[in-house]
Amino acid sequence: MIAESMYQELILEHYKHPQGRGLRDPFDAEVHHVNPTCGDEITMRVKLGDGGKVEDVSYDGQGCSISQAAASVLHELATGSTVEETLAVVDEFTRLMQGRGKVEADEDVLGDAVAFAGVAKFPARVKCALLAWMAYKDAVARSA
Amino acid sequence: MTDVTTATTTGTTGTGSGERPVGTPAFDVDRIRKDFPILSRELPGGRPLVYLDSGNSSQKPVQVIEAMREHLSMHYGNVGRAMHALGAESTEAYEDARDKVAAFVGAPDRDEIVFTKNASEALNLVAHAFGNPTNSDPRFTLGPGDEIVISEMEHHSNIVPWQMLAARTGATLKWFPVTDEGRLDLSGIEELVTERTKIVSVAHQSNVLGTVNPVDRILARVRQVGALLMLDASQSVPHKPVDVAALGVDFLAFTGHKAVGPSGIGVLWARAELLEAMPPFLGGGEMIEAVWMDRSTYAPAPHKFEAGTPPIVEAVGLGAAVDYLSAVGLDAVARHERELTAYALQALRELPGLKVIGPEDLEDRGGTVSFTLQGVHPHDVGQILDDEFGVAVRVGHHCARPLHLRFGIPATTRASFYLYNTTAEIDALVRGLHHVQKVFA
Repeated sequence: MIAESMYQELILEHYKHPQGRGLRDPFDAEVHHVNPTCGDEITMRVKLGDGGKVEDVSYDGQGCSISQAAASVLHELATGSTVEETLAVVDEFTRLMQGRGKVEADEDVLGDAVAFAGVAKFPARVKCALLAWMAYKDAVARSA
Repeated sequence: MTDVTTATTTGTTGTGSGERPVGTPAFDVDRIRKDFPILSRELPGGRPLVYLDSGNSSQKPVQVIEAMREHLSMHYGNVGRAMHALGAESTEAYEDARDKVAAFVGAPDRDEIVFTKNASEALNLVAHAFGNPTNSDPRFTLGPGDEIVISEMEHHSNIVPWQMLAARTGATLKWFPVTDEGRLDLSGIEELVTERTKIVSVAHQSNVLGTVNPVDRILARVRQVGALLMLDASQSVPHKPVDVAALGVDFLAFTGHKAVGPSGIGVLWARAELLEAMPPFLGGGEMIEAVWMDRSTYAPAPHKFEAGTPPIVEAVGLGAAVDYLSAVGLDAVARHERELTAYALQALRELPGLKVIGPEDLEDRGGTVSFTLQGVHPHDVGQILDDEFGVAVRVGHHCARPLHLRFGIPATTRASFYLYNTTAEIDALVRGLHHVQKVFA
């Protein structure tokens, strides 16, 4: 069935074994985002270095497999990258999620995040996937 | 509706509880199911529909659908104001519905039934009557030092209106706690409900826990201190015989769409003398007696509270809904749901890591079963149940966030049963939950 395509192995792996979970010091900005319709929430911290380098993305939160796995994947993609590069990924990810399942994902840009492509077919779950990514965008803006 | 197939959902409910009085006909769930056209549809991919979300909103029998279609097709006109045949027919149908609803809940007087758009509006209407500068009746005065009492297991619709009332009057909002078992904790009732209390408003039956609250014990204390008692009966009136006179409460709210009726219509019942003392809620057409440019006088209840063109066709639908439920028999409905609940509580026990939030026995309990599944978020549970098995449950906090906070959980999965559900559908739920656990193992 279609939900099988949503619960990709990679998503379940990240849900069961989240990468980089837990709030860490030091940080430049901390944000707290919630999804009021389902109660999912995330607290995210961002530490930036020279040249817009993302030194750490740390987070804590609660929610469904999609929202928690999305935070874990984001941590892996962003840490060690630059703000500019990651914001390009955030934009592509957002475009994919809001594409109602009709947008072709750019795997070169998205990397592992392409596993979330199936989520776009479930309008009720799109916000779950975007929660951490929107929090990250917000945190980066506040770090500047 | 004679050619519907229920092959995929047929089930037996004869668990031999022996509670059926001698001489009453057997409850035939397969025949009931044929009255609900939606239950024979398939979901995309050929999945059968297993609808276990009636606590959220119930499905509609063809009798209700036809009554509404017939009214719209042949009798529709505005009510109470049109001086022509259609206006008269519509008014008669609308007021007939009021008679039916009054009889259905045992109201001593038909004028004690106020049609609202839902239970939320009924609760807001009552909250609006308190601490209102236009209302000098001492039972309704409310200000600093006065208290409102609700409970921790309420739906948001029986929390927020009272929070808003407290905020605008300076009154204090208090609440009954909930025990670990999911029952109201009445141990502190003497300290909680006091001479300072003006109104107590609690659920008759919890929309999450299934708990049926002890109205007698609360009412006794409410009467002792001279306060008023309101019941949110949204989850009880559709499922078992409810008689407002026998209950002896002051206000009772419920909604049509959970009782095989349409959405867009709810009911407030209140004792006539209270309705008389209460100020109007919304101002507008048909709620007046006379209007001048600087003032108005108001129609007597119930019309005082029914400003504007009411939900006419919805009222007709609700009338047909209570006719339908009465024909089946609320005792029979309650018995059937009790059997389903017993079956579900037993079947769910076989799932490791499943924890029921609410009473695990059948005493003072309705057919709503909420639970958590270790390591799996309810949204994932709901998605897989729906997508793989066609099982419709509700996931989230079910508009009762404080109750979930009380249990330290963000959300639950809730299966809620009604007269058309079968044990086979509960088997489908359990099969689905096993699969969920496999996916997340």
